[in-house]
Formats: sequence, structure tokens, C-alpha cells
Amino acid sequence: MTQSADAVPEAGPPLPQFPMRRTCPFSEPREYAAMRAEDPVSRAALKVNGKPTWLVTRHEHVRQVLGDGRVSSNLKLPGYPHQFHIPEEMLAQVRLMMLNMDPPEHSAHRRMLIPEFTARRVREMRPRIQEIVDERVDAMLAAGGPVDLVTALALPVPSLVICELLGVPYEDHARFEEWSAAMMNHELSPAEYGAAVQALDMYLDKLVTLKEKEPGDDLISRFLEKNRTEQVADHVDVVTMARLMLVGGHETTANMIALGVLALLRHPEQLAELRADPALLPNAVEELLRVFSISDSGTARVAVADIEVGDVTIRAGEGILALNNAADHDESVFPDPGTLDIHRKEARSHLAFGYGIHQCIGANLARVELEAVYGTLLRRIPGLRLAAEPDELRFKDDAMVYGVYALPVTW
Amino acid sequence: MRVSTDRDRCVGSGQCALLSPEVFDQDADGLVVVLRESPAEELRGEVLQAVDLCPSRTIRVHD
Ligand code: HEM
Ligand code: SF4
Repeated sequence: MTQSADAVPEAGPPLPQFPMRRTCPFSEPREYAAMRAEDPVSRAALKVNGKPTWLVTRHEHVRQVLGDGRVSSNLKLPGYPHQFHIPEEMLAQVRLMMLNMDPPEHSAHRRMLIPEFTARRVREMRPRIQEIVDERVDAMLAAGGPVDLVTALALPVPSLVICELLGVPYEDHARFEEWSAAMMNHELSPAEYGAAVQALDMYLDKLVTLKEKEPGDDLISRFLEKNRTEQVADHVDVVTMARLMLVGGHETTANMIALGVLALLRHPEQLAELRADPALLPNAVEELLRVFSISDSGTARVAVADIEVGDVTIRAGEGILALNNAADHDESVFPDPGTLDIHRKEARSHLAFGYGIHQCIGANLARVELEAVYGTLLRRIPGLRLAAEPDELRFKDDAMVYGVYALPVTW
Repeated sequence: MRVSTDRDRCVGSGQCALLSPEVFDQDADGLVVVLRESPAEELRGEVLQAVDLCPSRTIRVHD
């Protein structure tokens, strides 16, 4: 049977609300398994505005949608499934980030950036990333436990990595880190939060202006240099790109650091195996990325033509959330999907970094950061343990990117 | 086994170069280059995995 959103009877039961909560921090929302089995492409209402969207839950279908040229990432198009409130006037003024561009603009911007993130380039960054991690672990050891792993390690490591990638001068690192951590701190008042965002924006704007005058050996300078011949971006685009690097790479990686450490602490047998054999780390990283799939609904699209997904026709103009956390618990691809297994053969097939033309450009960099952090903690702090009761931990249930607010640990 | 790619489709994610570094690399522009067009049979497993995991379906294997 073929159905479409407007063919659904008016008087049907109310649509389920999205997002759905992860009742257990280590598993997908409870509703997903039933949706995959019975109604793999189904409708829901967005909590933020009550508007309908399609939810796509099977691995095969999520890949199909994200690989389809007839879907758009443009958040200005009507029907795009927004997950937080943006006033219309503001939306009209938003400068699109690469994340929200479609080809051909997307391809032009992405091609400017991919040389920065090749497998080789990321390999070359590894020693410096290890140094950054070691410095932070030194500081933790010097301070002594208990410490909050989120503020001591999870937030600063990706922030410093992005700082160096973008070419933030050393003397500004501390301020940069402070603002970027403030943007992730949900306990700040709206005024404090707004001030941090503004300070960071002004800083990035000044930074780009500085690089225009005095290029250095960094991503922004190389982007500007290439742009002189390619003419892809203006000044505001470059500032927007710098902000995307921070937004895309900071909180995501930080959340995976904290959640991954927590998951390993809860599986001491697997943790012991990893400590004994660091060669298991790369697959363990993939498995942790799969289990948490923290950016579940980050893969949002709007159809620009009618497309068939499974038994359903998604009409042009309708919103789609290709849920990567649902896909990553698809039992037809990952047997016993709720179980963490660092040896899982098919772990790499996860879609936690998305799929298709927007697949995370920082994926290989994030992998190296996670390997460095997990590996270093196992090696240098063998007695690491939780310094809070598991039920005292607060998880980011309503945020777009899943995580834990604080992770008290000691040793 | 023969390997070919459609470089126009490549989005430079580097999954292939990470999975099968003897067969795939990325050039200065970050786009895929095939290092060995007829890789040894024992690499079939990882090459097929690269085919499957490439997010833009850029890589093809013939026979
Ligand atoms: C564990 C950490 C990370 C996760 C889970 C993650 C997740 C994702 C996902 C799911 C997408 C696809 C969004 C879509 O299809 O619309 C994406 C795109 C992106 N990510 Fe990441 N990411 C991570 C780390 C990073 C890092 C470290 C960086 C940069 C330094 C980064 C920069 C980006 C950018 C620029 C895009 C947009 C790519 C495009 O539109 O072509 N991410 N990320
Ligand atoms: S995996 Fe595919 S998209 Fe990524 S670099 Fe290789 S060929 Fe290009």
C-alpha cells in the first residue's frame, strides 16, 4: 500500500511526538524498535511547533534517504523539520552553513575543506592530539580526584584541537575555550549564554580578518588562499565556516568522550580487554559511536520531489528525520543491538556520522580524538571510577546532541 | 578483482583510505585515488567493506 502524509485520515489517533526520550541512557528511545518492525517510515509531530515530519528508522532506508539527490538540507525551505524555535525573521537572515547547503554550493564549499580532513592529514595530527590529551591528564592527576571529567577533559580536548586547526593564536586559547565551553553550559542564564555566543562570534570575525591580512599555517588561511582563485565564499561565509567547525566538532566529540568513558566503566570486562590490547581501540570507538549515535536527528532533510521509501511516498515539501540512532539499532544489521560489544564485526556500518554527501567531514578527526582520550585514560589512570551514583547523573535528554552534563570521576 | 571509482561523486570522507590504505588514498584535493587497480585477493574483504561504507557510492568492484 502506498500512503502519503496528506492521505492520512484526519480523525486518526494523534501523532506521536518527536523527540522521544531515551529512557535508558544506554539504549535508543523505546518506541524505535516497534517503529522499525511495524511502521518503519512513519509520521510524528515535532514537539517544538506541532508540525508533522516523517521518521525513518531502518538502516537501509536511512541510507537510502541520505543518499538521495531529491532531499535538501536547507533549513529555510518550508517543511524542513526544525527541532528548536527560530523566529521567521531570523531564519530569513541566517547565513547558511555548509551543513545546510545543497549542491552545487555544498559541493563547492566541501571541496574547499576536504583536504584538511583526509585520512593522512588526520594521521599527522595524531601526535599533537596525544600531547593535548596528555597535558589535560597531567592536570587531572596533579589536581587529584574527584574531578568532573566533562570540564577537565571532555570539553577542553576537542576545543583545543579545533583552536589549533583554525589557527587561533596561543595566547587566545584560554578565552576561546571559555566561550566555547560556555556555549555548551546549560546552567548559564540566557544573558550569560548570549554574551558568550556574541563574544565568540566577534572573536571569529576578528580572527578571519586577521588571517586575511596575515595568513598563517592553518585551515582558515588555507581556505582564504584557495578562495582567492575559487571565489566560493565571502567574509561572512568564512566566519560561518569557522563557527560550523566549532559547533560541529566541539560538543559532539565532548559528549562522546564522556559517554564512552561512562559506558566502558560500566563494562569492566571489556575495559580490561581494551587496556590489555590497545589494538582493539579503533573498533571499540566505532561500537561506542554506534551505541550512542548522539546526533540521532541531526540528519534532517526536506523532500524536494516525491520519493518512495519502503511502502511510503514522501511528497515534495515534507520533512524527514532520518534517525541514525534508530538505524544503528536495526537488528537486521546489528544483532542484539542494545548490547555493547567492542568486538562487534559490523560496528563500522553505523551511521552516527551520517551518510551521503553531508557525511561528517570531521569523522576521522573525531575517531583519532576518541582513541587518544580513551586509550590514554586506560593507560594512565587504571584506577578510574565513577565518583557518583549512576542515578545521580543527568543526561541531555532534550538536547539535539545527546550527552551527560557532568561525569564525576576519581581514582 | 578490479577496482574503479567515479571521482565526480567522491565527497572526500576518507572512509576508504582508512579501511583499505593499500588500495585507496586521497590526493591533495582530498579526493579518492586508487593505488592498486587489481589488488591482491586477500584484500577483497576490506575493499568490499569500503564499497559498502563509502557514503557517496563512489567505488566499484568488477569480478
Ligand atoms: C563524535 C563526534 C561527531 C559526531 C557524532 C558528528 C556527527 C555528524 C553528523 C551526523 C553529520 C551529518 C549531518 C547531516 O547529514 O545533515 C555531521 C556533519 C558535519 N560535521 Fe560532524 N560529528 C562529529 C565530529 C565532528 C568534528 C570533530 C568536526 C570538525 C572538526 C565536525 C564537523 C562537521 C561538519 C563541518 C559537518 C557538515 C558536513 C557537510 O555538510 O558536508 N564533526 N557530523
Ligand atoms: S569513501 Fe567514498 S567518498 Fe570517501 S574518500 Fe573514499 S571514495 Fe571518496
